[in-house]
Amino acid sequence: MELAPYLILGSIEGLVTAAVLALMAVGLSLVFGVMRVVNVAHGEFFMLGAVLAWFVADMIGGHPAVSFVAALFIAPVLVGSLAVVADATILKRIKYDPERTIVATIGLLYIIQQVTLMTYGSNARPVEPPFNQRISIPWFEWTESGLSMYWPWGLGTTTYKLAVIGFAVILLLAIWVLMTRTRIGLIMRATQLDRDVAQAYGINVDRVYALVFGLGAGLAALAAVLIVPIQQAHYLMGHDPLLLSFIVVIIGGLGSLAGTVVAAVLIGLSDGLISVFFTPTLAKIIATLIVTFVLIFRPSGLLGKHNP
Amino acid sequence: MIEKAGMTDARKSLYFHLGLIGALFILQFILPAYHHGNLARIMVLACYAMGYNILFGYTGLLSLGHAMFFAAGMYGMGLPMVHLGWTPEPALISAIAAGVVVSAGIGFLALRTSGVSFMIVTLMFAQAGFLTILYFGEWTRGDEGFVIKQAERVMAGFDLSQPVNRYNAALILFSICLLLTIRLVHSRFGRVMIAIRENEERTHMLGYDVHFHKWMAVIMSGTMAALAGAAYALLFGYAGATFASVQYSIFPLLWVLLGGAGTALGPFVGTLFMFYLIDLSSSFTTAYMLIAGLALVLLTLFLPQGLVGEFRRKVVPWLS
Repeated sequence: MELAPYLILGSIEGLVTAAVLALMAVGLSLVFGVMRVVNVAHGEFFMLGAVLAWFVADMIGGHPAVSFVAALFIAPVLVGSLAVVADATILKRIKYDPERTIVATIGLLYIIQQVTLMTYGSNARPVEPPFNQRISIPWFEWTESGLSMYWPWGLGTTTYKLAVIGFAVILLLAIWVLMTRTRIGLIMRATQLDRDVAQAYGINVDRVYALVFGLGAGLAALAAVLIVPIQQAHYLMGHDPLLLSFIVVIIGGLGSLAGTVVAAVLIGLSDGLISVFFTPTLAKIIATLIVTFVLIFRPSGLLGKHNP
Repeated sequence: MIEKAGMTDARKSLYFHLGLIGALFILQFILPAYHHGNLARIMVLACYAMGYNILFGYTGLLSLGHAMFFAAGMYGMGLPMVHLGWTPEPALISAIAAGVVVSAGIGFLALRTSGVSFMIVTLMFAQAGFLTILYFGEWTRGDEGFVIKQAERVMAGFDLSQPVNRYNAALILFSICLLLTIRLVHSRFGRVMIAIRENEERTHMLGYDVHFHKWMAVIMSGTMAALAGAAYALLFGYAGATFASVQYSIFPLLWVLLGGAGTALGPFVGTLFMFYLIDLSSSFTTAYMLIAGLALVLLTLFLPQGLVGEFRRKVVPWLS
């Protein structure tokens, strides 16, 4: 068996990871960029999205496509609202002080995680994908009898995985349009550039912060709803994506949305490819160390310009 | 916060803490077995928190990766004992050496960053350390961990698995760490650390080598954490990867914040308080970390100075 088919398979899996990661990391990056705070509870917003998707699918029932589409709307809105409440009751009151925000969001992390454990339980539960046809990928080989085509065993993917990639691309484009072509995007960018000047020009900064925090959490939840038919919903599932999103946001340059997306594709693909060659643990160690050294020696990220 | 720590204040503070050590010594004759065992554990964990406090409370550097220092001591002690058959005395030296080397190396690298980046870099290093322990599961037994046999836990003729010996060993370690902290914060070096916390720019302008002082603070902090990890392995006979996980980096932050950052006694009070809070809540729910989460949020909102911090502010301004 040749190596190339495995690489193709690794790339597709990597792209699915990249798609979900990009959505989640853009949320984290948006919050960091505009509000200058690190939201450690971001992974729990992701987890909550997956768990709520399961609840919605379980309650609505019927055809998987119906309940999935319902979850796609309901879960991010609920998670986003929760984030807005957290912003108003906690973050606003500690005045977005960077260190205290980290401590408070660590607290929030445990609260969300443990309340999920108490209500949803410690089981991992699946959500049925809306559609899921298998696609086999053909492979060509040069043999004595000329070029021949065959279907290598196991080399295949599903329509749902391809749809996740497509949907994530559409969503990312929508966010780009929102940030660069709309009034609310302009307001967010103004707040990001200079909070005080924005306020002096009559922008309600408190409301922008609440919106950004809710939007960031909603994006994490959306990413989770997309992945939950592939992975199952579990109360501890937020941990690894949180670290990966940190990695992506740092490598992309803190607060830079374009950099974040590029880094997500880079990390997602290399995650898919590295795990073809190394054991998952070693792959994680290598990835973690690379990122740490990037942060130490290139504090503004690979694509970042200059950041505080 | 100890802007004016005159000689008499320092002496008062010293007597206060010596009194506490005396009280802890007497407590062992009064406490029932269950709480006796708990207090020994709390004193060892409080040493971990005191180590954390040197960096966070006095120097103003928030690390999210101290579990790697605790684990360096724990495995620096446990691995040579189990795999090389070392006795506790040389193993203790190797544990301290592991603490110094790891904290010097990590400190050297991580201190190139500051603020939020410093937190994330320490978090990442600790994560890499945790994964490394899992990766070498053949020796470390990963999450499952390994037990150090009772017969091997004899130091200077004392069987440290015996409750009485264990309690007093923990108390000796606790006293050393507490008195070292008080000594440190009243020394010239400690004053510079506090100055860095209060205003790094100004300290630099006054001609102090800020980077060197921060580096030494990381090393002292990390080594004290490693010492606590080594003691934990020796006194309780177990080493496992859980102690290197993110959760164990969060705990000392929580304990120190709860007790009062930048107070000598805060780490102990915070550890004591949180230990019993979790102990009580875990008897009726498996989701006991909910208490830790709520405590963190409420602390940042309402009690940013911590219990001892508030006590000092309102009652005894001379406390270290």
